[in-house]
Amino acid sequence: MASEEAGPGGSVESVVGTAAGGSSRPRTKIVLGEVAARRAPGDRARVDLAEQTPVGEALVKGLMRAQLALALRLSLVVLTGLGALPLLFAVAPPVGAAKVLGVSLPWLLLGVASFPFLVGVGWAYVRWAEHNERDFTAVIRRPEQ
Amino acid sequence: MNPYVIPSLILVVLVTVGIGAYGLRFARTTSDFLVASRSVSPSWNAAAISGEYLSAASFLGIAGLVLRYGVDVLWYPVGFAAGYLALLLFVAAPLRRSGAFTLPDFCQVRLRSPLLRRLATVFVMFIGCLYLVPQLQGAGLTFTTVTGGSYAWGALAVGLVVTANVALGGMRAITFVQAFQYWLKLTALAVPVIFLVLQWQADGRPAVTPPAGPVFRTETTVTVQQDALLDGTTPVQRGDELTFPAGTPVPQVSSVDAHLGAGWLLPGREGSLFATYSLILATFLGTMGLPHVLVRFYTNPDGASARRTTLVVLALVGLFYLLPTLYGVLGRIYAPRLLMTGRTDAVVLLLPEAALGGGALGQMLGALVTAGALAAFLSTSSGLLTSVAGVVFTDVLRAGRGGSIRDFRVATVLAAIVPLALSLYVANMDVSRVVGLAFAVAASSFCPLLVLGIWWRGLTDVGAAAGILAGGGASMAAVLVTVLGPPLSGWPAQLVGQPAAWSVPLAFLVMVVGSLLTSKRVPADVGALMLRLHAPESLRL
Repeated sequence: MASEEAGPGGSVESVVGTAAGGSSRPRTKIVLGEVAARRAPGDRARVDLAEQTPVGEALVKGLMRAQLALALRLSLVVLTGLGALPLLFAVAPPVGAAKVLGVSLPWLLLGVASFPFLVGVGWAYVRWAEHNERDFTAVIRRPEQ
Repeated sequence: MNPYVIPSLILVVLVTVGIGAYGLRFARTTSDFLVASRSVSPSWNAAAISGEYLSAASFLGIAGLVLRYGVDVLWYPVGFAAGYLALLLFVAAPLRRSGAFTLPDFCQVRLRSPLLRRLATVFVMFIGCLYLVPQLQGAGLTFTTVTGGSYAWGALAVGLVVTANVALGGMRAITFVQAFQYWLKLTALAVPVIFLVLQWQADGRPAVTPPAGPVFRTETTVTVQQDALLDGTTPVQRGDELTFPAGTPVPQVSSVDAHLGAGWLLPGREGSLFATYSLILATFLGTMGLPHVLVRFYTNPDGASARRTTLVVLALVGLFYLLPTLYGVLGRIYAPRLLMTGRTDAVVLLLPEAALGGGALGQMLGALVTAGALAAFLSTSSGLLTSVAGVVFTDVLRAGRGGSIRDFRVATVLAAIVPLALSLYVANMDVSRVVGLAFAVAASSFCPLLVLGIWWRGLTDVGAAAGILAGGGASMAAVLVTVLGPPLSGWPAQLVGQPAAWSVPLAFLVMVVGSLLTSKRVPADVGALMLRLHAPESLRL
């Protein structure tokens, strides 16, 4: 797919292959610079970004929307998981008085369970936020079809 | 007095200075000197951030509040940790990519407004001072507890030591020093707690909430701190010495606010639902607006590592916060006299000797927690004072590039005077409560600025300034009334004592409406800025 677009030489084709693999980043970067110098059509997205064309603007907006949606979704998880607790204890006092393994349930939830829960949400966020960024980078680096 | 305390305190100071001196050998540039090299791995960096973040309020205050009020105050540690999650979700990576070094810098980068920069400076100074007060309180309290000297001298001595240290040596908070402080604080709470729990097992697992309320396990002599009524009937006077035989229930002292009944175990007893949600909002959203937290993010090489660092901080801080609760709970059994004197913030310091006896083991563990407390207020107050002094130096004295080291020293002294005076005035407030107020102001001024600045193109300088003035100004006024004003009761007391629930939404609302009304003032290069904040660095645009 890439070779028809990036006419100038076989080296470009191999480079595009590396970019899709995403493992050897420095090498990819240098050669893409060369490609930009030859004005390969595949680099239009980068130019769009750098020069703030409507297409570039739309790309950044897409990334921001994806990241913000992810952050808001995970805050909703925390809000329902932790934020609902005071209300729950107020509405249903038996829950606040319940005991698990001899320890009062609210103490276990707030004093122990809340911290791994927060770390778990944070871990999921880092994973997915990096995934969003990889998708964005792939769109910019992939030559247009 | 415990013979191991002084050597252990000297050891902490020596090791801190030693690591600092060793780290300085690698410092090459000014930014190396101020915030350590930027090529530090996320785990070291995260330990350093946690070391600076875990203050006297975390080390001493939380256990004290738990001892007094029970399960409801666990929202403090949960909120202090969750603040890093909010920071991670909405701020960490874009903020690092903005290249801002302080909050006023961010105003300059995002909105290009010198006026807004000055406003941000005022709030950084206010929040910094407010956050310094409880550190000095903790120092005064530790001094009183360990040596029996007066509170004022302790706060004054530590205040002067920290001021002199920052003024003469710059920050010297090389990443490794702060990282060492984190592990020291964790060890200082984790090791004694093992022995405390073993002792509790050996004592036949005494109940935390006996039906008749907490009882004295051994014969205890309590010195009355203020004129009061015992159990609402017997009047006692300041300075009276009361002796209670083993097995007597702890009487309720009218001048001390503490829960003695079994209701201590249940949620919803301390404060209203409004106060709880207000506290949650303040702590969840306030962390990102603290002046000394932001500076450290600059040490990450890029946005992705800023995110990873924040995640590790969340884990380290969460690990630490498992411990203070145990001290508060065991304090109900082994140190109930604090419920009579009201000095509950000292429970962490006193518990090892109270539970394990005055033998060598109890004394050594007591010395260990005291060393941890010293690390707590040294690291946090040095970091805070440096960031406040830095802001005073660049934005108030207008020294800029031509500024001399002498100006920085003047700035440090200026930044230290107000909190020092305040800490003498508010000696009786719970350490964690004062910290909670600082979080409320940060959450209703800088949190909206950062969140809207990063995620909304439409933010204008006028809107941002209006929002900070409305939300931040209102919460600032509420704090001043709480700390300096007359005691309030009923709903006004709730609204003023925990302002975040109304001041944070107010700040967001005013900021959005103000920006929409002045939409012509949106910076022309906002597109390029958003690209810089959100695009991964690997693209090298």
